[in-house]
Amino acid sequence: MLRLPTFRYHRPRTAAEAVRILAESGPKARFVAGGTDLYPNMKRRHQSAEHLISLARVEELRGIDGDGPAGTCTIGAMTTLREIERDPRIGAWYPAFVQAVASVSSPLLRNMGTIGGNLLLDTRCNYYNQTEEWRASIDFCMKERGPICWVAPGSPRCYAVQSSDTVPLLCAIGAEVTLLSPGGERRVAVDDLYRDDGIAYLTKRPDELLTRVHLPASGAWSAAYHKLRRRGSIDFPVLGVGAWVARDGERIADVRVRIGGVGSMPIHATETEAMLRGQPVTEELVRAAAELSFKPARTMDNTDSEVPYRKKMAPIFVRRALSECLGL
Amino acid sequence: MAAESNGAANQPGTADQGYYRHDTPQQDLRVIGKPLRKVDARTKVTGRTGYADNLSLPRMVYMKLLRSTQAHARIRSIDTSAAAAMPGVVGILLGSELPNQFGILPVSNDEHTLAIDRVRFVGDPVAAVAALDEETAWAACRAIVVDYEPLPVIGSPAEALATPEPRIHDYGDEGNVHKYVNLQFGDVERGFAESDLVRQDVFFFEGNTHLPMEQHACLADYDKDHKVTIHSSTQTPHYLHKALTKVLAMPASNIRVIACPNGGGFGGKSDPFNHEVAACAMSRKIGRPVKCSLTREEVFHCHRGRHPVLMKAKIGVRKDGEIQALDFESHLDGGAFGSYGVASTFYTGALQTVTYQLKNYHFRGARYFTNKAPCGPKRGHGTVQPRFALECLLDKVACDLDLDPAEMRLRHLAKRGELTANFMRIGSMGLGECIEKVVAGSGWKERRGKLPFGRGLGLACSSYLSGAGLPIYWNAMPHSGVQLQLDRSGLVTVFCGSTDIGQGSMSVLAYVVAEVLGLDPMKLRIVTADTDLTPVDLGSYSSRVTLMTGNAAMQAAERAKEIVAAAVAEKLEVPKSNLVFADEHVFDAADPSRRMSFAEAVIAAEAKFGTVGTVGSYKPPRSAARFKGGGVGPSPSYSYTAAVVEIEVDPETGQYTIPKIWVAHDVGRSINAALVMGQIEGSVYMGLGEATMEESAYRDRSHKGKRVFLHNQPSMLDYKSPLAVDMPEVVTYIVEDHDPNGPWGAKEAGQGPLLPIMPAVANAVFDAVGVRIDTNPITPERIFAALQSKAKGGEARFGPSDVPAVAWPEPRVVPPPWEGGDGKEVASDAPAPTRSGGKG
Repeated sequence: MLRLPTFRYHRPRTAAEAVRILAESGPKARFVAGGTDLYPNMKRRHQSAEHLISLARVEELRGIDGDGPAGTCTIGAMTTLREIERDPRIGAWYPAFVQAVASVSSPLLRNMGTIGGNLLLDTRCNYYNQTEEWRASIDFCMKERGPICWVAPGSPRCYAVQSSDTVPLLCAIGAEVTLLSPGGERRVAVDDLYRDDGIAYLTKRPDELLTRVHLPASGAWSAAYHKLRRRGSIDFPVLGVGAWVARDGERIADVRVRIGGVGSMPIHATETEAMLRGQPVTEELVRAAAELSFKPARTMDNTDSEVPYRKKMAPIFVRRALSECLGL
Repeated sequence: MAAESNGAANQPGTADQGYYRHDTPQQDLRVIGKPLRKVDARTKVTGRTGYADNLSLPRMVYMKLLRSTQAHARIRSIDTSAAAAMPGVVGILLGSELPNQFGILPVSNDEHTLAIDRVRFVGDPVAAVAALDEETAWAACRAIVVDYEPLPVIGSPAEALATPEPRIHDYGDEGNVHKYVNLQFGDVERGFAESDLVRQDVFFFEGNTHLPMEQHACLADYDKDHKVTIHSSTQTPHYLHKALTKVLAMPASNIRVIACPNGGGFGGKSDPFNHEVAACAMSRKIGRPVKCSLTREEVFHCHRGRHPVLMKAKIGVRKDGEIQALDFESHLDGGAFGSYGVASTFYTGALQTVTYQLKNYHFRGARYFTNKAPCGPKRGHGTVQPRFALECLLDKVACDLDLDPAEMRLRHLAKRGELTANFMRIGSMGLGECIEKVVAGSGWKERRGKLPFGRGLGLACSSYLSGAGLPIYWNAMPHSGVQLQLDRSGLVTVFCGSTDIGQGSMSVLAYVVAEVLGLDPMKLRIVTADTDLTPVDLGSYSSRVTLMTGNAAMQAAERAKEIVAAAVAEKLEVPKSNLVFADEHVFDAADPSRRMSFAEAVIAAEAKFGTVGTVGSYKPPRSAARFKGGGVGPSPSYSYTAAVVEIEVDPETGQYTIPKIWVAHDVGRSINAALVMGQIEGSVYMGLGEATMEESAYRDRSHKGKRVFLHNQPSMLDYKSPLAVDMPEVVTYIVEDHDPNGPWGAKEAGQGPLLPIMPAVANAVFDAVGVRIDTNPITPERIFAALQSKAKGGEARFGPSDVPAVAWPEPRVVPPPWEGGDGKEVASDAPAPTRSGGKG
C-alpha cells in the first residue's frame, strides 16, 4: 500500500454547495464521506480522484430525525454507523438494522464510516482489491484498466461483489433514499439503487449526492440480518442475508429476502419468498423455502472462503434469518 | 487471564548429584523470576523507540525496489532510460552490478541482490531506484521496462518432481528437488512387527507467515572513509554483516551493522534481505544515505515463513500406547530460494523423539523449489508441521486403543537425562507436570468425550529447543559474547550482539548482570546489536538468546564480581568469601554494617587493578549426534508444553468458536515471570491464527496460455489473522523444571508454546463432532466437508490422501544408543533405493 496520491480537497458547508462543486470539477471529482473505503482504495491506486469533495462539514447531512412507528424516521447520510448503532430510538424501532450496522467492519471504522458511504460501498473482488503491483502481475482486470474479468474470463461483464452489510437489510425492509443533484431531488427505494454489474453497480447518477435514508414505519413486521465471515470483526460479508417478514396472525402476509456478498447487487430470493407468501408459519415450510435460495446464490471466486461452501451456507443462513423473524 | 505459577518445582535427587550447577533457591534471588518491567518499556510506550523506519540522516534519499510481475521468467532486457530521466531520480541499481550471491546458509548462497537474468517468483526484486522522495522512486520503478521471456511455472512439490527442467536453481539434489534427507535410527520394520497397532495417516500443513507489526526497513550510509553503516530491522545483524561483506566485496571491518529494535520478527527478519544489500550498494554508488522501507505487500514477498509440508506418518504401538516405531516422511514446498530450507527439512524430522519414548525411528524429508516467495523459519521452525501430524496421530492411536490420550502420553514420556533414538540429549523434562496441570485445569477427565455433540476438548503436547547446538556456519567460536564495562560512577554497561525483537533480550541481559552484581537492572546501560561495538551474538533465532546470552552475561558478571570483591575485601579487611552483592552495595555477610556502595567498590577495584572490564561467552555443549545431519536438533535444553483446547462447533455449518485454552509450559526457570507469561500467551495467539485461518495460499490461474501464479492475499485485510475479539480466555501455567544448562535453570519460552495449539484444535474438533481434520488450518469449510462426507457414509475426515512418490537416496543408518550406537552412522546394508508412497 502506498501513500495517498495528490488531490484537491474541498470542504463545502451545504449539500447544495457540495453538489455544485462536483458539477464544476469535471469527471475526476467525487464525494468522500467517512473515507474508510475510498482512502485505502486510493492508496492501492484502484480508485482515483483529482477533486475530493468532503461532506464532513455538511451539518444538514447528519443526524437521526422523525418517528419510527409513524414512518417518518430519517437518517442523514453522514450519520456515522456508530451513531446509529448507539441510538436508543433506532435500537427500539429497528433492531435488525442495528444488527446489520454493528456487523460492519470494526468499532474503529464504524466511528468514521457513514450510512451513506456504506450504502454506496464500491463492489469488491479478489482480483480488484489488491495493490497496484499485484494487479500489474495479472495484467489488471476490467473493473480497472484490464481487459477481462478474472472471475469469469469468458464474460463480457464484471462480477465484483456487493459487500455492504446494511444494503441487504435496508433492501429487505423497504427503506428509501433521497438523491440530490443540481437538477433537484428524487427519492428511490434502496432496492432500486443497485444494478447487476460489478462496475456500474449503482443506479445513482455520478452527479447525485445521497442525502438521506428513509426508514419504513416500524411495528407490524420483523427483520433479521445474518452474516458469514471469517473473523469476529473487520471482515466484509462473504454472505449476508437480510430478511423481512410481515405476519398476519399465523400466516406470513409478506416476506422479502435479500442475499448480499454473493452477486454484484443484493440477490432477490424470489422463489423462497413466493413459497412463503400467504402461507401458515411452520418450521418445515421455512426449511423448504430456504432450500430454494440455493440456486440463486450463485457464488463465484470473488471473495474470501470457498465458492461451494458459501453456496451451501446460503440456504442455512436464509433459514436462520427467517426463523429469527418468525420467532421459530 | 488467569495465571498460576508453581514456584520452585525442581526435581529432588538430581540436584543432590550436583547436576544443577546454576541452581539457586528461589528465595535467594532478588531480580531473577520477578515480574519486572522491561528495561525499554518506557521508551516503547511513550513512542520513542528508534525503529529503523524512524531514522533519517541529512541528504537522505529513498529507495524502492521494482519486483517481478512474473512467476518464472528469463529477463531479456531491462530499459531504465525513462526512469533515469525522471526529475528527482538520483540512482538506479541493477543486478549485474552485484554479481556475488548470498544466502543465510553456506550451502545455499543462491540469492542475488537484484535478479540478473532470471526471476523466480512474483515479487522477486529486479531493480532498485533511489529518488528524492518515495513517490518518485515508486513512479520511476513503474517506468522501468523489463522484457520477460516466460518459463514454465512450478507451483507445488508434485510439479517440481514432474518438471525437472527447467531448474529453478542449478544446484540441489536433482532437478527441482533442493534436498533429500534419509535417516534411520533402529529398525522400524521390526518395531512395526512388535506392535499391537500400526496405523498410517497423511497430513498437510499449509504455509503461513510471520506478520510482524513492523514492516522491514533500513537506512544505509556509505561514508567518505569507504565504510558503510546500515541500521536495519534485522534479527541477525551478524549474519547480515557476513552477507554484506560477500556481496559488496568489502572488508568486514569496513561494514557496520546496527540492528534496530524490531517491531516483531518471529523469524521473518532472520535472513539477509535484498533491500538491505541494495541500500548499502546504492549508498556506495550515489554517495548519499539511502532509506528503504518495505510495504506490507513486500513483506509477504520477503516471507521466509512456515513451509507448506505434506507428511506421511506410520506409527506402531503396543496396547498401552508405547511407541515401537515411527516412520515419518515430509515434503516441503520451499519456494524460490534456499533460505534456511535445508535446516527446515532436518527440523521436520528432528524433535519427534524428545517428547515420548521412541525405539525405532525412520525419517525421510524432501524440499522442493517452487515459484513462490521463499519459505524459511517461523516461530517453531520446521518442527511445527510434524508436531501437528504426530499429536493428531497419537490422538487417533489413543482413540483406537480406547486410552485416555493424556494418560497414554504421561505413561511414555521421554526420560530426563537420556539420549533419544536420534541422539538428542534430554535435560530437564517437565512435560509430565505440564500435562497434569492442563488436565486438572480443564476438567479433562470429567469432561472429555462427555460433552454434548458439538462441544469438545482436545489435548496436545510439544517440545522446542533452547538454542541450536550448532552455528549456521561452521566455526569453533562462542555463540554469544558479552562484555561489561564498570564505570567509577557505579554504572555498568553491558555490550552484547544480541537483538531485541520485542521478546525482551535486552532486559534479560540487565536482569542477569543485576542479579549477580546486586544492582538495580533499570540502572544499567545496555548496548546491543552493533557489530562495531558489541561482541558477536549469533542472533535472535532458535530461542537461543536467554540461555546463551544469559550464560555469557552471567560469566562476565561473575568475573566482574571477582575483581570487585578482591578490591573490597582488601579495603574492608574481610575475607572475600564473606562478601555479598546486594542492594547496590557490597556487604560483609557477618557484619552488614561493614559495607561499601557499588560505586565505591568499583573505585576501589579500578584503583587496585586499573580499568575494570570483563568478558563472558557461551558455547553449547558438544552434541552426541555425530552423523551427517545431526547438527540440526541438538540443543543445550528442551522446553516442554501441553495444551488443552475447548471448542464449540456448529455441526450444521462447521463454524466454531474456542472459548478457552489451558496451556502449561516448562520454562526451566522464569527469568521474568511476566515476560514468560507474555511469550506463552503470544504463542497461543499465533498458534490459534495458524490453527484457525492463516494461509500463505497462492492464486493459480491460466488464461490464453498464460499462467498467473502469485500470492493470494498479500495484505493485512485479506491474509486472515485473528483479531483481539477472536482471542479466547487463556489459563497459563508456568512449570519450572530447572535445567542444568540454563542460567539459573532457564529454558526457552518464545516458540515452544505455539506448537501444541494446532493439533489440540484438531483433536478438539474430533471430540466435538467426530471428524478428523488432517489439514491445517482447521477451517469451517474443512470441518463442513468432513461432516458432509461422514453423513454420506464416506470418510469422517478431511485431509490429503497420499504423498508424491520419490526415489529416496540410501538411508544414513545410525544405531540408537540402546543398540550400542555412538552417534555416528554405520555402513548401510540396505539394497538399492526403494520407491515409496504415491500410487505407482
